[in-house]
Amino acid sequence: MTARQLGWYLVMPATLAVVIFLGWPVGGTFSTTFLDGSGWFSNYVNFFSSPFRRAVLWRTTEIALVTTVISLLIGFVTAYVVSRAPGSWKGILIVAAVFPLLTGVVVRSFAWLIILGKNGIANEIMLSLGIISEPLSMLYTKGSVIIAMVYLFVPLMILTIVGVLESIPDEYVDAAASLGASPFARFWQIVFPLAVPGLIVGAVLVFTGSFTSYATPQLLGGEQQMMMGTFLHQRAMVTFDWIGASTIAAIMTIVTITIVYVMSRLAKRLNPAAV
Amino acid sequence: MMTRRVHPLLIGFTALVFVFLVGPLVIIIGASISDTSFLTFPPRGITLRWYENIFEVSAFTRTMGTSFTLALLGTSLSLLVGIPAAYALSRYRIELPSFLSTVFVLPILVPEIVLGFSIMKSITAGMGVAIYPSLVIGHALLVLPYCVRVVSASLASFDFSIEEAAVSLGCPRWRAFLTVVLPNVRAGVIAAFILAFITSINDVSISLFLTGPGISTLPIQLLAHMEQFFDPTIASVSVLLMLVTVAVMATVEFTLGLTFLTK
Repeated sequence: MTARQLGWYLVMPATLAVVIFLGWPVGGTFSTTFLDGSGWFSNYVNFFSSPFRRAVLWRTTEIALVTTVISLLIGFVTAYVVSRAPGSWKGILIVAAVFPLLTGVVVRSFAWLIILGKNGIANEIMLSLGIISEPLSMLYTKGSVIIAMVYLFVPLMILTIVGVLESIPDEYVDAAASLGASPFARFWQIVFPLAVPGLIVGAVLVFTGSFTSYATPQLLGGEQQMMMGTFLHQRAMVTFDWIGASTIAAIMTIVTITIVYVMSRLAKRLNPAAV
Repeated sequence: MMTRRVHPLLIGFTALVFVFLVGPLVIIIGASISDTSFLTFPPRGITLRWYENIFEVSAFTRTMGTSFTLALLGTSLSLLVGIPAAYALSRYRIELPSFLSTVFVLPILVPEIVLGFSIMKSITAGMGVAIYPSLVIGHALLVLPYCVRVVSASLASFDFSIEEAAVSLGCPRWRAFLTVVLPNVRAGVIAAFILAFITSINDVSISLFLTGPGISTLPIQLLAHMEQFFDPTIASVSVLLMLVTVAVMATVEFTLGLTFLTK
């Protein structure tokens, strides 16, 4: 047996699994959306001509974008400090970031249900401090979904960026320092540009993750803050409109893959040396 | 070193971020021991009865069992096809067409919820496959990218000439793989197993479409319970799930060191 044949035999089971259990079902889902009784793409025309459905798509994009921007800001600063922390502290901080990440989405969203509820801690604290005079209803608002999403994704952002910052050789920064660069210049002219590909990877992970999420908008957003994921589930399992659900699925996939493709091209252009 | 100094303001900000990260989990622990029939924090009176209650609500114990066996089955199946694929991709990269390495990224690129819906539509409803096998298929597919990538990463630093040496001395290829290659990438296989297992046990989006009144997983059962009831039992189940995370992290620390997670 040649090496080529052996290689094919070894990748075949996993490749077949992906083709049969992913390619075929997902392809089937998409193909039913393109052509039906009323002609080509009528399902997409339907989707985009409904103000309600456009609002769901826009809300999802908006929540995912805001979540990504906030996570980038918080994650970058935190990752920078973590990467410079002395040995034992670094270990503790990484454990504190990994722990939430390994805890399920349902549990982490549930925490915010306790915090943001009418009799929740956030209201109790603000009442006792006299900031508000009666409890606010914070659940089922865009804000509560965004807070919970940021909570979900910040650890991922921190770990991604720490990984990138650690790979920047100390010598570069030391060299800049020995040439008289101020701490600020060292950061903006050396560290930041080298970290950009990591920021892009983190942003893609957070955007696609929050764009396609289900549990968090379901628990903290309810019907009022329906997002594409919750909309897909409602169409498929509550109203049994499988064509409608398939159209939502196709739009979600197109957005996700486009973002991944465009951003990875951008990352390559900005830093051709980085993989 | 002077260049490593960080502004105190940034340190303060980071401290707040970690309070934000850990605080909510502490609140769940507090709420789980409160001696009230509604969720509250700080706890009023301390009791463990909500933990006893988990085992009296049969839906929780049943779905816990389902989630555990499902994660075990799905992850094992995924490793079974994923390890040979990772080996071939590292060992015979030049001989294989390049698109094959992208095939195993697809389950990450396609949104999980789309995958769950599509499997339900084609495999469960379309082909009439029963719910449990459909769930196993969905979970195995979900964790396949982790299995292939993590095992590939550890194979990347393996020196295949050691394997060649064994083969040239007359060892059959399959035995060389089992006795020379596999023990050398043991850490990668363990890491892949752990990551895949935890991903599967926490999964919502795939299971969402494949569970029903007869069979459900723990996260789906928790979601359903949260929408109807608001008692501390949910908090105590959540604490149990956190303990699973602690166990996983301890295992990772003892086998590989947690720093591998930032690589």
